Amino acid sequence: MRRARERPAAWLFVLPAAAYLLLFLGCPLVQNLVMSLRRYDATGFATGDAPFTGLRNHAAVLSSTLFSEAAVNTALFTAGSVLGQFTIGLALALFFQRRFPLAGPLRALLLLPWLLPLVVSGAIWRWMLDPDTGPVNALLRGLHLTSSGIPWLTGPTEALVSVIVVNIWVGVPFTTALLYGGLQDIPPHLYEAARLDGAGPVRILRHLTWPLLRPVARVVVLLGVVYTVKTADLILVLTGGGPAGATQTLATRAYELSFQRYEFGYGAVLGNVLIAVSTLFALLHLRRLRAGGGRAVSA
Amino acid sequence: MRRGEKRGPGPGAGRGARRAPGRRGLPSTVVGIVLLAVMLFPVYWMVNTSLQPAGGIVRGDWFPAAPDLGGYATALRDQGGHLVTSLVVSLGSVALSLGLAAPAAYGLTLLRARRIRLVLLGVLVTQMVPGIVVADTLYGAYAELGLLNSSPGLVLADSTAGVPFAIVVLHTFMRTIPREIVEAARMDGAGRLRVFRSVVLPLSVNALVTAGVFTFLFTWGDFLFALTLTTSGPVRPITLGVYDYLGAHTGQWNAVMATAVLASVPAALLLVVAQRFVTSGATRGADR
Repeated sequence: MRRARERPAAWLFVLPAAAYLLLFLGCPLVQNLVMSLRRYDATGFATGDAPFTGLRNHAAVLSSTLFSEAAVNTALFTAGSVLGQFTIGLALALFFQRRFPLAGPLRALLLLPWLLPLVVSGAIWRWMLDPDTGPVNALLRGLHLTSSGIPWLTGPTEALVSVIVVNIWVGVPFTTALLYGGLQDIPPHLYEAARLDGAGPVRILRHLTWPLLRPVARVVVLLGVVYTVKTADLILVLTGGGPAGATQTLATRAYELSFQRYEFGYGAVLGNVLIAVSTLFALLHLRRLRAGGGRAVSA
Repeated sequence: MRRGEKRGPGPGAGRGARRAPGRRGLPSTVVGIVLLAVMLFPVYWMVNTSLQPAGGIVRGDWFPAAPDLGGYATALRDQGGHLVTSLVVSLGSVALSLGLAAPAAYGLTLLRARRIRLVLLGVLVTQMVPGIVVADTLYGAYAELGLLNSSPGLVLADSTAGVPFAIVVLHTFMRTIPREIVEAARMDGAGRLRVFRSVVLPLSVNALVTAGVFTFLFTWGDFLFALTLTTSGPVRPITLGVYDYLGAHTGQWNAVMATAVLASVPAALLLVVAQRFVTSGATRGADR
């Protein structure tokens, strides 16, 4: 009885945050859809005169080769980043599961790259990868692996590889933290039992650790994809999408169309694509959650 | 934390049985230090470069043999104001996010399980909205409302990361507050608001600090909103300052890296001072 009376009060507590989220995250979703159906360019933006054009923006943007290029880059960037983050993250998580002196402080320090502002990480790596004076090429030259410097951020293939490597560096700490958490939840007596049964480290990993870690691993990968697909800032800082569009992704291209060419209608189309991709993976994520094995990650 | 509960009968029982530290532990420590040195080398390189002498092209010396604070002098002269802007915007975002999220998280604890799950799912979904989409649409609205190039505009936009995160972290904590404590206060005649203010909030200090610290970091590190919603004028966060430097000053890497170091100070402080909040925040956000 009492609870029934209290429920309206409960909603009053929730209301301000709900209103804010609706206004600053819900409205943009709708507004983006509307913008993508109108001719929102610089003049239309200034005069407020943005005629309805139906799917013409979509046709123009989606049929251009720049779109397919950006889509392929996004797929490569996302797949490479998530794969790299996961493999290295898992290896580090397994390593830190061992008990050894200083394990705790070392694990905490490992978080540092993840805590740095992305612009700072981008700036550091721009300098590390500088072809003439950066330490990476200096090291390679010292080892006689290359005589002329490698154009890490200015060669088309090298640039895409470089942004992926840097994004892996940024994401490994968080992946490690999540997977380490998942490993800690596996009851130790299972390991002891397996060891008593004579199982070696490889068999333990394959038949005990991996199956029990899989729900967490799945969430880590799904979230990795959702967060990587929409990455714009790191690429903007490292290469600005260049050279000649070699590192242009859907997100950086959306930025370029909207804020450098003031073709907001076109930018919104790419926004729609990003939303569609995120929704797809979000739905996958939610289905896993409902299945009960997963966890919701929010950072 | 529930990790401890699962570990075994006594404190450290699992530990001792699994691997005796000492003889077998030391090689692992060495490997761990090497791994970490590799991972953190870029951070070392940033600090190293920031201490190289100013003037001319900075050559990559592997060690700052004669540390020079010229880079920092330049950085502070050019970027000091941007640091203040970032501080103001970040603190504003913490205030707004906690102000909205704390009541919401408490309100959620009063609702029926199914509704809570529904609202929390909604909160999770909001975190998947691409920032560029939000920036795209806010730009138009801000232009009309006069919020472009303003600190309040940035605070409102940046809190889109903090509010959902804080709701999840605070709700996870607040639902563990024993119901009897709240009921007892209610029996004494306290209203819902009163209970929230004088019972729930004081009990939630740790969770509030965790959520606040992360919100601060999100906003401090924001680049996309800073880039799109400030186009000119004095309101420029430090992330944008670093970006501008990258465009103009790459001959003076020591000043660029000194700015980068200054922009990293909150992260470093957090790691040293509030380490337990970091790990609990990272895993708290990840639990459930």
